[in-house]
Amino acid sequence: MTLLSADEWQAVRLTLGVAARAVGCGLPLATLVAWLLARGRFPGRPLLAALVHLPLVLPPVVTGWLLLLLFGVQGPAGRLLLAWFGVRLAFTTAGAALASAVMIFPIMVRSVRLGIEAIDPGLDQAARTLGAGRLDRLVSVTLPLAAPGILVAAVLGYATCLGEFGAVITFAANIPGQTQTLPLAIYSALQAPGGEDAAARLALVSVALALAGLLAAEWLGRVLRRAIQP
Amino acid sequence: MTLAVALTDRRGLAVAFEVPGAGVTALFGPSGAGKSSVLAAAAGVFRPDACRIMLDGTVLADTAAGIWLPPERRRVGLVFQDARLFPHMTVAANLRYGLRRAPPGAIRFDEVVALLGLAALLARRPRTLSGGERQRVAIGRALLAQPRLLLMDEPLAGLDAARKSEILPYLARLKSALTLPVLYVSHALEEVASLADSLVLLEAGRVLAAGTLEAMAARADLPLARRDDAAALLDARVAVHVTARRLTRLEHGGLSLLVPLLAAPPGTLLRLRIPAREVILARHDAAALGDVLSLHNILPATVRRVAEDRGAALVELDAGGAALLSRVTSDAVARLGIVPGGAVLALVKSMSVAVL
Repeated sequence: MTLLSADEWQAVRLTLGVAARAVGCGLPLATLVAWLLARGRFPGRPLLAALVHLPLVLPPVVTGWLLLLLFGVQGPAGRLLLAWFGVRLAFTTAGAALASAVMIFPIMVRSVRLGIEAIDPGLDQAARTLGAGRLDRLVSVTLPLAAPGILVAAVLGYATCLGEFGAVITFAANIPGQTQTLPLAIYSALQAPGGEDAAARLALVSVALALAGLLAAEWLGRVLRRAIQP
Repeated sequence: MTLAVALTDRRGLAVAFEVPGAGVTALFGPSGAGKSSVLAAAAGVFRPDACRIMLDGTVLADTAAGIWLPPERRRVGLVFQDARLFPHMTVAANLRYGLRRAPPGAIRFDEVVALLGLAALLARRPRTLSGGERQRVAIGRALLAQPRLLLMDEPLAGLDAARKSEILPYLARLKSALTLPVLYVSHALEEVASLADSLVLLEAGRVLAAGTLEAMAARADLPLARRDDAAALLDARVAVHVTARRLTRLEHGGLSLLVPLLAAPPGTLLRLRIPAREVILARHDAAALGDVLSLHNILPATVRRVAEDRGAALVELDAGGAALLSRVTSDAVARLGIVPGGAVLALVKSMSVAVL
Protein backbone atom coordinates (compact mmCIF):
# COMPACT_ATOMS: atom_id res chain seq x y z
CA MET A 1 0.00 0.00 0.00
CA THR A 2 1.37 3.36 -0.94
CA LEU A 3 -1.44 5.25 0.74
CA LEU A 4 0.65 5.76 3.88
CA SER A 5 4.35 6.15 4.45
CA ALA A 6 6.27 3.60 6.49
CA ASP A 7 6.26 5.94 9.51
CA GLU A 8 2.55 6.46 9.20
CA TRP A 9 1.93 2.72 9.00
CA GLN A 10 4.01 2.35 12.10
CA ALA A 11 1.77 4.85 13.91
CA VAL A 12 -1.33 2.90 12.82
CA ARG A 13 0.14 -0.42 13.94
CA LEU A 14 1.27 1.09 17.23
CA THR A 15 -2.17 2.58 17.85
CA LEU A 16 -3.87 -0.76 17.26
CA GLY A 17 -1.36 -2.51 19.53
CA VAL A 18 -1.67 0.01 22.34
CA ALA A 19 -5.47 -0.20 22.18
CA ALA A 20 -5.34 -4.00 22.27
CA ARG A 21 -3.15 -3.93 25.37
CA ALA A 22 -5.30 -1.29 27.06
CA VAL A 23 -8.48 -3.29 26.48
CA GLY A 24 -6.81 -6.62 27.26
CA CYS A 25 -5.57 -5.46 30.64
CA GLY A 26 -8.39 -3.07 31.48
CA LEU A 27 -11.43 -5.19 30.62
CA PRO A 28 -11.07 -7.92 33.28
CA LEU A 29 -10.62 -5.29 35.97
CA ALA A 30 -13.47 -3.21 34.53
CA THR A 31 -15.71 -6.30 34.60
CA LEU A 32 -14.85 -6.98 38.23
CA VAL A 33 -15.49 -3.35 39.22
CA ALA A 34 -18.74 -3.30 37.25
CA TRP A 35 -19.87 -6.45 39.09
CA LEU A 36 -19.00 -4.89 42.45
CA LEU A 37 -20.89 -1.72 41.57
CA ALA A 38 -23.89 -3.58 40.18
CA ARG A 39 -24.26 -6.34 42.77
CA GLY A 40 -22.00 -5.48 45.70
CA ARG A 41 -23.24 -4.05 48.98
CA PHE A 42 -20.32 -2.39 50.73
CA PRO A 43 -19.75 1.00 52.37
CA GLY A 44 -17.28 2.50 49.84
CA ARG A 45 -19.47 1.85 46.81
CA PRO A 46 -20.32 5.47 45.91
CA LEU A 47 -16.67 6.46 46.33
CA LEU A 48 -15.52 3.61 44.07
CA ALA A 49 -18.09 4.64 41.46
CA ALA A 50 -16.87 8.25 41.61
CA LEU A 51 -13.19 7.25 41.33
CA VAL A 52 -13.87 5.01 38.37
CA HIS A 53 -15.70 7.79 36.55
CA LEU A 54 -13.11 10.46 37.34
CA PRO A 55 -11.16 10.14 34.04
CA LEU A 56 -14.43 10.78 32.19
CA VAL A 57 -14.81 14.27 33.67
CA LEU A 58 -11.23 15.34 34.41
CA PRO A 59 -9.27 17.13 31.67
CA PRO A 60 -7.24 14.29 30.09
CA VAL A 61 -4.06 16.26 30.65
CA VAL A 62 -4.75 16.17 34.39
CA THR A 63 -5.27 12.40 34.27
CA GLY A 64 -1.97 12.07 32.43
CA TRP A 65 -0.22 14.28 34.92
CA LEU A 66 -1.66 12.34 37.90
CA LEU A 67 -0.44 9.12 36.26
CA LEU A 68 2.97 10.71 35.90
CA LEU A 69 2.98 11.62 39.59
CA LEU A 70 1.95 8.08 40.52
CA PHE A 71 3.73 5.90 37.95
CA GLY A 72 6.62 8.21 36.99
CA VAL A 73 10.12 6.98 37.87
CA GLN A 74 9.98 9.12 41.00
CA GLY A 75 6.32 8.31 41.78
CA PRO A 76 5.45 5.82 44.56
CA ALA A 77 4.02 3.15 42.24
CA GLY A 78 6.54 3.78 39.49
CA ARG A 79 9.48 3.40 41.87
CA LEU A 80 8.18 0.05 43.15
CA LEU A 81 7.55 -1.27 39.63
CA LEU A 82 11.07 -0.31 38.61
CA ALA A 83 12.66 -1.78 41.75
CA TRP A 84 10.72 -5.05 41.77
CA PHE A 85 10.11 -5.84 38.13
CA GLY A 86 12.44 -3.48 36.28
CA VAL A 87 9.36 -2.06 34.56
CA ARG A 88 9.27 1.57 33.49
CA LEU A 89 5.90 2.91 32.38
CA ALA A 90 6.38 6.64 31.83
CA PHE A 91 7.39 7.49 28.25
CA THR A 92 7.04 3.88 27.02
CA THR A 93 4.57 1.94 24.86
CA ALA A 94 3.31 0.19 27.98
CA GLY A 95 2.78 3.62 29.52
CA ALA A 96 0.73 4.68 26.50
CA ALA A 97 -1.39 1.57 27.00
CA LEU A 98 -1.80 2.34 30.71
CA ALA A 99 -2.88 5.92 30.04
CA SER A 100 -5.33 4.71 27.40
CA ALA A 101 -6.67 2.00 29.71
CA VAL A 102 -7.34 4.52 32.48
CA MET A 103 -9.13 6.80 30.03
CA ILE A 104 -11.40 4.08 28.62
CA PHE A 105 -11.96 2.41 32.00
CA PRO A 106 -15.16 4.34 32.87
CA ILE A 107 -16.67 3.59 29.47
CA MET A 108 -15.98 -0.11 29.85
CA VAL A 109 -17.26 -0.22 33.45
CA ARG A 110 -20.47 1.53 32.40
CA SER A 111 -21.11 -0.82 29.53
CA VAL A 112 -20.45 -4.00 31.56
CA ARG A 113 -22.48 -2.65 34.48
CA LEU A 114 -25.47 -1.99 32.23
CA GLY A 115 -25.08 -5.55 30.95
CA ILE A 116 -25.06 -6.95 34.49
CA GLU A 117 -27.91 -4.80 35.70
CA ALA A 118 -30.06 -5.97 32.80
CA ILE A 119 -29.88 -9.52 34.19
CA ASP A 120 -32.85 -10.60 36.28
CA PRO A 121 -31.50 -10.69 39.87
CA GLY A 122 -33.91 -13.56 40.45
CA LEU A 123 -31.59 -15.80 38.41
CA ASP A 124 -28.81 -15.14 40.89
CA GLN A 125 -31.19 -16.04 43.70
CA ALA A 126 -32.21 -19.22 41.90
CA ALA A 127 -28.54 -20.18 41.49
CA ARG A 128 -28.03 -19.63 45.22
CA THR A 129 -30.84 -21.99 46.17
CA LEU A 130 -29.25 -24.54 43.82
CA GLY A 131 -26.04 -24.44 45.84
CA ALA A 132 -23.88 -22.02 43.86
CA GLY A 133 -21.53 -19.77 45.85
CA ARG A 134 -20.69 -16.16 44.99
CA LEU A 135 -17.81 -16.76 42.56
CA ASP A 136 -19.55 -19.78 41.08
CA ARG A 137 -22.59 -17.62 40.30
CA LEU A 138 -20.41 -14.90 38.79
CA VAL A 139 -18.82 -17.39 36.42
CA SER A 140 -21.83 -19.61 35.64
CA VAL A 141 -24.65 -17.08 35.52
CA THR A 142 -23.63 -13.42 35.64
CA LEU A 143 -20.72 -13.35 33.18
CA PRO A 144 -22.35 -15.44 30.44
CA LEU A 145 -25.49 -13.34 30.65
CA ALA A 146 -23.46 -10.12 30.74
CA ALA A 147 -21.46 -11.22 27.69
CA PRO A 148 -23.21 -8.75 25.35
CA GLY A 149 -22.30 -5.88 27.66
CA ILE A 150 -18.74 -7.12 28.08
CA LEU A 151 -18.17 -7.48 24.34
CA VAL A 152 -19.67 -4.10 23.63
CA ALA A 153 -17.38 -2.71 26.34
CA ALA A 154 -14.37 -4.24 24.60
CA VAL A 155 -15.21 -2.93 21.15
CA LEU A 156 -16.28 0.49 22.37
CA GLY A 157 -13.21 0.73 24.60
CA TYR A 158 -10.98 -0.29 21.71
CA ALA A 159 -12.50 2.30 19.39
CA THR A 160 -12.23 5.03 22.03
CA CYS A 161 -8.60 4.09 22.68
CA LEU A 162 -7.71 4.87 19.09
CA GLY A 163 -8.47 8.52 19.79
CA GLU A 164 -6.85 9.01 23.21
CA PHE A 165 -4.64 12.07 23.14
CA GLY A 166 -4.22 14.23 26.25
CA ALA A 167 -3.42 11.60 28.84
CA VAL A 168 -1.18 9.64 26.46
CA ILE A 169 0.91 12.61 25.39
CA THR A 170 1.27 13.81 28.98
CA PHE A 171 2.19 10.46 30.51
CA ALA A 172 3.94 8.69 27.63
CA ALA A 173 5.07 11.67 25.50
CA ASN A 174 5.13 11.72 21.71
CA ILE A 175 7.95 9.36 20.69
CA PRO A 176 7.62 8.04 17.12
CA GLY A 177 7.60 4.25 17.06
CA GLN A 178 7.08 3.98 20.81
CA THR A 179 4.27 6.18 22.01
CA GLN A 180 3.24 8.16 18.95
CA THR A 181 -0.24 6.83 18.31
CA LEU A 182 -2.50 8.08 15.49
CA PRO A 183 -3.85 11.20 17.19
CA LEU A 184 -0.35 12.15 18.32
CA ALA A 185 0.98 11.58 14.81
CA ILE A 186 -1.81 13.76 13.38
CA TYR A 187 -0.98 16.45 15.92
CA SER A 188 2.73 16.27 14.99
CA ALA A 189 1.93 16.38 11.30
CA LEU A 190 -0.19 19.48 11.80
CA GLN A 191 2.67 21.11 13.73
CA ALA A 192 5.18 20.43 10.91
CA PRO A 193 5.22 22.81 7.90
CA GLY A 194 3.42 21.25 4.91
CA GLY A 195 2.13 18.35 6.99
CA GLU A 196 -1.56 18.85 6.14
CA ASP A 197 -1.55 16.04 3.56
CA ALA A 198 -0.14 13.55 6.03
CA ALA A 199 -2.57 14.76 8.70
CA ALA A 200 -5.50 14.34 6.32
CA ARG A 201 -4.44 10.79 5.40
CA LEU A 202 -4.07 9.81 9.03
CA ALA A 203 -7.34 11.52 9.94
CA LEU A 204 -9.06 9.47 7.25
CA VAL A 205 -7.64 6.28 8.76
CA SER A 206 -8.87 7.46 12.18
CA VAL A 207 -12.37 8.05 10.92
CA ALA A 208 -12.44 4.67 9.19
CA LEU A 209 -11.23 2.83 12.28
CA ALA A 210 -13.62 4.64 14.62
CA LEU A 211 -16.57 3.98 12.34
CA ALA A 212 -15.67 0.33 12.00
CA GLY A 213 -15.40 0.04 15.77
CA LEU A 214 -18.76 1.62 16.43
CA LEU A 215 -20.50 -0.49 13.81
CA ALA A 216 -18.87 -3.63 15.19
CA ALA A 217 -20.02 -2.76 18.73
CA GLU A 218 -23.57 -2.22 17.53
CA TRP A 219 -23.64 -5.44 15.53
CA LEU A 220 -22.02 -7.61 18.20
CA GLY A 221 -24.34 -6.34 20.89
CA ARG A 222 -27.38 -7.16 18.78
CA VAL A 223 -26.20 -10.63 17.81
CA LEU A 224 -25.22 -11.59 21.34
CA ARG A 225 -28.36 -10.28 22.94
CA ARG A 226 -30.40 -12.30 20.52
CA ALA A 227 -28.35 -15.42 21.24
CA ILE A 228 -28.40 -15.16 25.01
CA GLN A 229 -31.44 -13.34 26.30
CA PRO A 230 -34.76 -15.15 26.83
CA MET B 1 -37.86 -35.27 58.64
CA THR B 2 -39.47 -32.39 60.44
CA LEU B 3 -39.40 -28.72 59.73
CA ALA B 4 -40.03 -26.18 62.48
CA VAL B 5 -40.44 -22.54 61.55
CA ALA B 6 -40.86 -19.61 63.91
CA LEU B 7 -40.41 -16.08 62.64
CA THR B 8 -41.40 -12.52 63.34
CA ASP B 9 -40.84 -9.43 61.29
CA ARG B 10 -41.76 -5.81 61.78
CA ARG B 11 -43.69 -5.89 58.50
CA GLY B 12 -46.46 -7.68 60.39
CA LEU B 13 -45.35 -11.30 60.45
CA ALA B 14 -45.55 -13.55 63.51
CA VAL B 15 -45.68 -17.14 62.38
CA ALA B 16 -44.81 -20.43 64.00
CA PHE B 17 -45.63 -23.92 62.80
CA GLU B 18 -44.22 -27.40 62.37
CA VAL B 19 -44.33 -29.69 59.39
CA PRO B 20 -44.48 -33.33 60.44
CA GLY B 21 -42.34 -34.84 57.68
CA ALA B 22 -42.71 -36.31 54.22
CA GLY B 23 -45.79 -35.23 52.34
CA VAL B 24 -47.11 -31.95 51.04
CA THR B 25 -47.93 -29.20 53.50
CA ALA B 26 -49.77 -26.27 52.00
CA LEU B 27 -49.36 -22.74 53.27
CA PHE B 28 -52.74 -21.42 52.42
CA GLY B 29 -54.22 -17.96 52.75
CA PRO B 30 -55.18 -14.79 50.89
CA SER B 31 -52.51 -12.73 49.12
CA GLY B 32 -50.56 -10.65 51.57
CA ALA B 33 -50.96 -13.19 54.35
CA GLY B 34 -47.18 -13.71 54.45
CA LYS B 35 -47.03 -17.09 52.74
CA SER B 36 -44.25 -16.23 50.33
CA SER B 37 -42.23 -14.47 53.04
CA VAL B 38 -42.28 -17.63 55.15
CA LEU B 39 -41.10 -19.64 52.17
CA ALA B 40 -38.38 -17.14 51.30
CA ALA B 41 -37.13 -17.21 54.90
CA ALA B 42 -36.99 -21.01 54.85
CA ALA B 43 -34.98 -20.85 51.61
CA GLY B 44 -32.72 -18.16 53.04
CA VAL B 45 -33.44 -15.50 50.43
CA PHE B 46 -35.39 -13.30 52.85
CA ARG B 47 -34.08 -12.52 56.31
CA PRO B 48 -36.81 -11.62 58.82
CA ASP B 49 -36.05 -9.63 61.96
CA ALA B 50 -36.12 -12.73 64.11
CA CYS B 51 -36.47 -16.34 63.16
CA ARG B 52 -35.58 -19.87 64.07
CA ILE B 53 -35.79 -22.51 61.39
CA MET B 54 -34.92 -26.12 62.11
CA LEU B 55 -34.85 -28.87 59.52
CA ASP B 56 -34.36 -32.42 60.64
CA GLY B 57 -32.57 -31.42 63.80
CA THR B 58 -30.15 -29.06 62.07
CA VAL B 59 -30.42 -25.31 62.48
CA LEU B 60 -30.88 -23.39 59.23
CA ALA B 61 -31.39 -20.08 60.96
CA ASP B 62 -31.47 -18.88 64.52
CA THR B 63 -31.17 -15.13 64.68
CA ALA B 64 -31.02 -15.18 68.48
CA ALA B 65 -27.84 -17.25 68.25
CA GLY B 66 -26.56 -15.29 65.25
CA ILE B 67 -26.93 -18.24 62.87
CA TRP B 68 -28.01 -17.59 59.31
CA LEU B 69 -27.07 -20.25 56.79
CA PRO B 70 -26.87 -18.75 53.29
CA PRO B 71 -29.25 -20.28 50.73
CA GLU B 72 -26.43 -22.05 48.90
CA ARG B 73 -25.63 -24.07 52.03
CA ARG B 74 -29.17 -24.97 53.14
CA ARG B 75 -29.95 -27.69 50.62
CA VAL B 76 -33.50 -26.41 50.48
CA GLY B 77 -35.00 -26.42 46.98
CA LEU B 78 -37.16 -23.50 45.91
CA VAL B 79 -39.45 -23.48 42.88
CA PHE B 80 -40.27 -19.89 41.99
CA GLN B 81 -43.57 -18.73 40.60
CA ASP B 82 -41.73 -17.44 37.51
CA ALA B 83 -39.56 -20.58 37.03
CA ARG B 84 -36.31 -18.55 36.72
CA LEU B 85 -34.60 -20.94 34.33
CA PHE B 86 -31.16 -19.88 33.13
CA PRO B 87 -31.80 -18.48 29.64
CA HIS B 88 -28.28 -19.17 28.37
CA MET B 89 -28.46 -22.89 29.09
CA THR B 90 -30.38 -25.77 27.57
CA VAL B 91 -33.03 -27.55 29.60
CA ALA B 92 -30.53 -30.36 30.30
CA ALA B 93 -27.90 -27.89 31.57
CA ASN B 94 -30.52 -26.20 33.72
CA LEU B 95 -31.49 -29.55 35.21
CA ARG B 96 -27.88 -30.44 35.93
CA TYR B 97 -27.00 -27.06 37.46
CA GLY B 98 -27.97 -28.03 40.99
CA LEU B 99 -27.12 -31.70 40.49
CA ARG B 100 -23.46 -30.88 39.74
CA ARG B 101 -23.20 -28.78 42.89
CA ALA B 102 -24.96 -31.16 45.27
CA PRO B 103 -23.50 -34.08 47.19
CA PRO B 104 -24.47 -37.45 45.68
CA GLY B 105 -28.07 -38.19 46.53
CA ALA B 106 -30.97 -40.47 45.88
CA ILE B 107 -32.71 -38.38 43.21
CA ARG B 108 -31.43 -39.44 39.80
CA PHE B 109 -31.45 -37.47 36.55
CA ASP B 110 -33.23 -40.09 34.45
CA GLU B 111 -35.84 -40.62 37.13
CA VAL B 112 -36.72 -36.92 37.31
CA VAL B 113 -36.76 -36.61 33.51
CA ALA B 114 -39.18 -39.53 33.31
CA LEU B 115 -41.32 -38.40 36.22
CA LEU B 116 -41.80 -34.89 34.83
CA GLY B 117 -41.93 -35.87 31.16
CA LEU B 118 -38.90 -33.80 30.18
CA ALA B 119 -37.17 -36.17 27.74
CA ALA B 120 -38.35 -34.30 24.66
CA LEU B 121 -37.32 -30.92 26.05
CA LEU B 122 -33.71 -31.62 27.08
CA ALA B 123 -32.00 -29.96 24.12
CA ARG B 124 -34.28 -26.91 24.06
CA ARG B 125 -33.71 -23.41 25.42
CA PRO B 126 -36.03 -22.02 28.10
CA ARG B 127 -37.34 -19.27 25.80
CA THR B 128 -38.86 -21.90 23.49
CA LEU B 129 -40.82 -23.58 26.30
CA SER B 130 -44.42 -22.98 27.29
CA GLY B 131 -45.20 -21.74 30.80
CA GLY B 132 -46.16 -25.22 31.97
CA GLU B 133 -43.02 -26.80 30.52
CA ARG B 134 -40.86 -24.15 32.16
CA GLN B 135 -42.42 -24.86 35.53
CA ARG B 136 -41.83 -28.60 35.11
CA VAL B 137 -38.17 -27.97 34.30
CA ALA B 138 -37.88 -25.67 37.31
CA ILE B 139 -39.30 -28.37 39.57
CA GLY B 140 -36.90 -30.94 38.13
CA ARG B 141 -33.96 -28.58 38.54
CA ALA B 142 -34.82 -27.97 42.19
CA LEU B 143 -35.26 -31.70 42.88
CA LEU B 144 -31.97 -32.68 41.29
CA ALA B 145 -30.11 -30.40 43.69
CA GLN B 146 -30.94 -33.17 46.21
CA PRO B 147 -32.81 -30.91 48.62
CA ARG B 148 -33.81 -32.01 52.10
CA LEU B 149 -36.92 -29.89 51.77
CA LEU B 150 -38.71 -28.65 48.67
CA LEU B 151 -40.44 -25.27 48.69
CA MET B 152 -42.89 -24.31 45.98
CA ASP B 153 -44.04 -20.72 45.72
CA GLU B 154 -47.34 -20.72 43.85
CA PRO B 155 -45.80 -22.73 41.01
CA LEU B 156 -49.06 -22.72 39.07
CA ALA B 157 -50.18 -19.15 39.69
CA GLY B 158 -48.86 -17.76 36.42
CA LEU B 159 -50.52 -20.43 34.30
CA ASP B 160 -53.92 -20.59 32.66
CA ALA B 161 -56.42 -23.28 33.62
CA ALA B 162 -55.39 -25.59 30.77
CA ARG B 163 -51.68 -25.44 31.71
CA LYS B 164 -52.56 -25.97 35.37
CA SER B 165 -54.45 -29.14 34.68
CA GLU B 166 -51.50 -30.23 32.53
CA ILE B 167 -49.07 -29.90 35.47
CA LEU B 168 -51.21 -31.12 38.36
CA PRO B 169 -50.93 -34.81 37.40
CA TYR B 170 -47.12 -34.46 37.34
CA LEU B 171 -47.18 -32.95 40.81
CA ALA B 172 -49.41 -35.75 42.05
CA ARG B 173 -46.97 -38.32 40.60
CA LEU B 174 -44.05 -36.55 42.24
CA LYS B 175 -45.83 -36.61 45.53
CA SER B 176 -46.14 -40.36 45.54
CA ALA B 177 -42.60 -40.91 44.23
CA LEU B 178 -40.76 -38.66 46.67
CA THR B 179 -40.08 -39.00 50.33
CA LEU B 180 -38.99 -35.46 51.07
CA PRO B 181 -41.22 -32.89 52.76
CA VAL B 182 -42.77 -30.31 50.46
CA LEU B 183 -43.99 -26.89 51.54
CA TYR B 184 -46.43 -25.58 48.96
CA VAL B 185 -47.66 -21.99 48.92
CA SER B 186 -50.94 -21.34 47.23
CA HIS B 187 -54.09 -19.30 47.38
CA ALA B 188 -55.94 -21.62 45.00
CA LEU B 189 -58.09 -24.12 46.87
CA GLU B 190 -58.28 -26.63 43.98
CA GLU B 191 -54.49 -27.11 44.05
CA VAL B 192 -54.42 -27.47 47.80
CA ALA B 193 -57.41 -29.82 47.83
CA SER B 194 -55.81 -32.20 45.38
CA LEU B 195 -52.17 -32.03 46.53
CA ALA B 196 -51.85 -31.21 50.21
CA ASP B 197 -51.70 -33.68 53.08
CA SER B 198 -51.65 -31.05 55.75
CA LEU B 199 -52.46 -27.40 55.86
CA VAL B 200 -51.17 -24.29 57.59
CA LEU B 201 -53.75 -21.54 57.34
CA LEU B 202 -52.27 -18.05 57.29
CA GLU B 203 -54.08 -14.77 57.60
CA ALA B 204 -52.54 -11.31 57.96
CA GLY B 205 -49.17 -12.67 59.00
CA ARG B 206 -50.50 -15.07 61.63
CA VAL B 207 -51.12 -18.80 61.72
CA LEU B 208 -54.86 -19.26 62.03
CA ALA B 209 -54.75 -23.02 62.38
CA ALA B 210 -52.66 -25.98 61.30
CA GLY B 211 -53.38 -29.65 60.93
CA THR B 212 -54.28 -32.36 58.47
CA LEU B 213 -56.12 -31.29 55.37
CA GLU B 214 -59.15 -33.34 56.41
CA ALA B 215 -59.36 -31.67 59.81
CA MET B 216 -58.77 -28.16 58.48
CA ALA B 217 -61.24 -28.39 55.60
CA ALA B 218 -64.05 -29.54 57.87
CA ARG B 219 -63.66 -27.07 60.69
CA ALA B 220 -66.74 -24.87 60.68
CA ASP B 221 -64.93 -22.08 62.55
CA LEU B 222 -62.22 -21.63 59.88
CA PRO B 223 -62.41 -19.57 56.70
CA LEU B 224 -62.26 -22.64 54.46
CA ALA B 225 -65.67 -23.75 55.70
CA ARG B 226 -67.07 -20.26 55.30
CA ARG B 227 -66.46 -20.35 51.58
CA ASP B 228 -69.34 -20.94 49.25
CA ASP B 229 -67.64 -24.09 47.99
CA ALA B 230 -66.90 -25.46 51.46
CA ALA B 231 -66.42 -29.21 51.36
CA ALA B 232 -65.06 -32.10 53.35
CA LEU B 233 -61.82 -33.49 51.93
CA LEU B 234 -60.80 -37.01 52.83
CA ASP B 235 -58.60 -39.82 51.64
CA ALA B 236 -60.49 -43.08 51.25
CA ARG B 237 -59.39 -46.48 50.03
CA VAL B 238 -61.13 -48.42 47.30
CA ALA B 239 -62.59 -51.42 49.20
CA VAL B 240 -64.55 -53.33 46.59
CA HIS B 241 -66.20 -52.91 43.22
CA VAL B 242 -69.84 -53.98 43.19
CA THR B 243 -69.83 -54.51 39.44
CA ALA B 244 -73.37 -55.89 39.30
CA ARG B 245 -74.75 -52.58 40.61
CA ARG B 246 -72.07 -50.50 38.86
CA LEU B 247 -70.93 -49.12 42.23
CA THR B 248 -67.66 -48.90 44.15
CA ARG B 249 -67.40 -49.07 47.91
CA LEU B 250 -64.84 -46.69 49.48
CA GLU B 251 -63.68 -46.87 53.05
CA HIS B 252 -62.18 -44.37 55.42
CA GLY B 253 -61.83 -45.53 59.01
CA GLY B 254 -65.30 -46.45 60.11
CA LEU B 255 -66.92 -44.65 57.20
CA SER B 256 -68.06 -46.51 54.13
CA LEU B 257 -69.32 -44.79 50.99
CA LEU B 258 -70.88 -46.05 47.78
CA VAL B 259 -70.00 -44.12 44.65
CA PRO B 260 -70.51 -44.77 40.92
CA LEU B 261 -68.14 -47.47 39.65
CA LEU B 262 -64.49 -46.35 39.53
CA ALA B 263 -61.61 -47.69 37.46
CA ALA B 264 -59.03 -47.64 40.27
CA PRO B 265 -58.15 -51.12 41.59
CA PRO B 266 -59.07 -52.07 45.18
CA GLY B 267 -56.55 -50.73 47.70
CA THR B 268 -55.99 -47.46 45.83
CA LEU B 269 -56.05 -44.37 48.03
CA LEU B 270 -58.26 -41.66 46.56
CA ARG B 271 -58.96 -38.12 47.65
CA LEU B 272 -62.64 -37.34 47.93
CA ARG B 273 -64.41 -34.03 48.01
CA ILE B 274 -67.89 -33.92 49.52
CA PRO B 275 -69.44 -30.44 49.19
CA ALA B 276 -71.21 -29.18 52.31
CA ARG B 277 -74.31 -28.14 50.39
CA GLU B 278 -74.77 -31.70 49.09
CA VAL B 279 -75.01 -33.27 52.54
CA ILE B 280 -78.57 -33.57 53.87
CA LEU B 281 -79.26 -34.15 57.56
CA ALA B 282 -81.96 -36.42 58.98
CA ARG B 283 -83.10 -37.32 62.47
CA HIS B 284 -80.99 -40.21 63.76
CA ASP B 285 -84.05 -42.42 64.25
CA ALA B 286 -85.48 -41.89 60.78
CA ALA B 287 -86.48 -45.36 59.60
CA ALA B 288 -86.12 -47.13 56.30
CA LEU B 289 -84.82 -44.12 54.36
CA GLY B 290 -82.85 -46.44 52.08
CA ASP B 291 -86.09 -48.04 50.93
CA VAL B 292 -87.82 -44.85 49.86
CA LEU B 293 -84.95 -42.67 48.64
CA SER B 294 -82.62 -43.01 45.66
CA LEU B 295 -79.82 -42.45 48.16
CA HIS B 296 -76.91 -44.85 48.70
CA ASN B 297 -75.11 -43.31 51.64
CA ILE B 298 -76.93 -42.95 54.94
CA LEU B 299 -74.22 -42.26 57.48
CA PRO B 300 -74.73 -42.21 61.25
CA ALA B 301 -72.84 -39.20 62.59
CA THR B 302 -72.27 -37.12 65.67
CA VAL B 303 -72.62 -33.34 65.56
CA ARG B 304 -69.39 -31.67 66.61
CA ARG B 305 -70.13 -28.02 66.04
CA VAL B 306 -72.86 -25.82 64.62
CA ALA B 307 -71.85 -22.43 63.20
CA GLU B 308 -74.82 -20.24 62.36
CA ASP B 309 -74.63 -17.16 60.23
CA ARG B 310 -77.62 -15.12 59.01
CA GLY B 311 -80.12 -17.91 58.60
CA ALA B 312 -77.62 -20.47 57.32
CA ALA B 313 -75.87 -23.06 59.42
CA LEU B 314 -72.73 -25.06 58.87
CA VAL B 315 -72.81 -28.33 60.75
CA GLU B 316 -69.58 -30.16 61.46
CA LEU B 317 -70.02 -33.92 61.72
CA ASP B 318 -68.04 -36.94 62.79
CA ALA B 319 -69.10 -39.87 60.68
CA GLY B 320 -67.19 -42.96 61.73
CA GLY B 321 -64.07 -40.90 62.34
CA ALA B 322 -64.38 -38.92 59.12
CA ALA B 323 -65.01 -35.19 59.29
CA LEU B 324 -67.96 -34.10 57.16
CA LEU B 325 -69.65 -30.74 56.66
CA SER B 326 -73.27 -30.03 56.01
CA ARG B 327 -74.74 -26.68 55.08
CA VAL B 328 -78.41 -26.37 56.00
CA THR B 329 -80.75 -23.57 57.05
CA SER B 330 -81.01 -22.42 60.64
CA ASP B 331 -84.64 -23.38 60.40
CA ALA B 332 -83.67 -26.99 59.71
CA VAL B 333 -81.26 -26.95 62.65
CA ALA B 334 -84.09 -25.79 64.91
CA ARG B 335 -86.69 -28.21 63.51
CA LEU B 336 -84.44 -31.27 63.83
CA GLY B 337 -83.04 -30.14 67.17
CA ILE B 338 -79.43 -30.35 65.99
CA VAL B 339 -77.02 -29.58 68.82
CA PRO B 340 -73.35 -30.39 69.36
CA GLY B 341 -73.01 -33.92 70.69
CA GLY B 342 -76.30 -35.03 69.18
CA ALA B 343 -76.73 -37.93 66.78
CA VAL B 344 -77.94 -37.41 63.21
CA LEU B 345 -77.91 -39.18 59.88
CA ALA B 346 -75.88 -37.59 57.11
CA LEU B 347 -77.32 -38.30 53.68
CA VAL B 348 -74.79 -38.17 50.86
CA LYS B 349 -75.74 -38.84 47.25
CA SER B 350 -73.24 -41.12 45.59
CA MET B 351 -73.21 -38.70 42.68
CA SER B 352 -72.14 -35.88 44.98
CA VAL B 353 -68.84 -37.48 45.96
CA ALA B 354 -66.11 -36.11 43.72
CA VAL B 355 -62.88 -38.04 43.27
CA LEU B 356 -59.98 -35.56 42.86
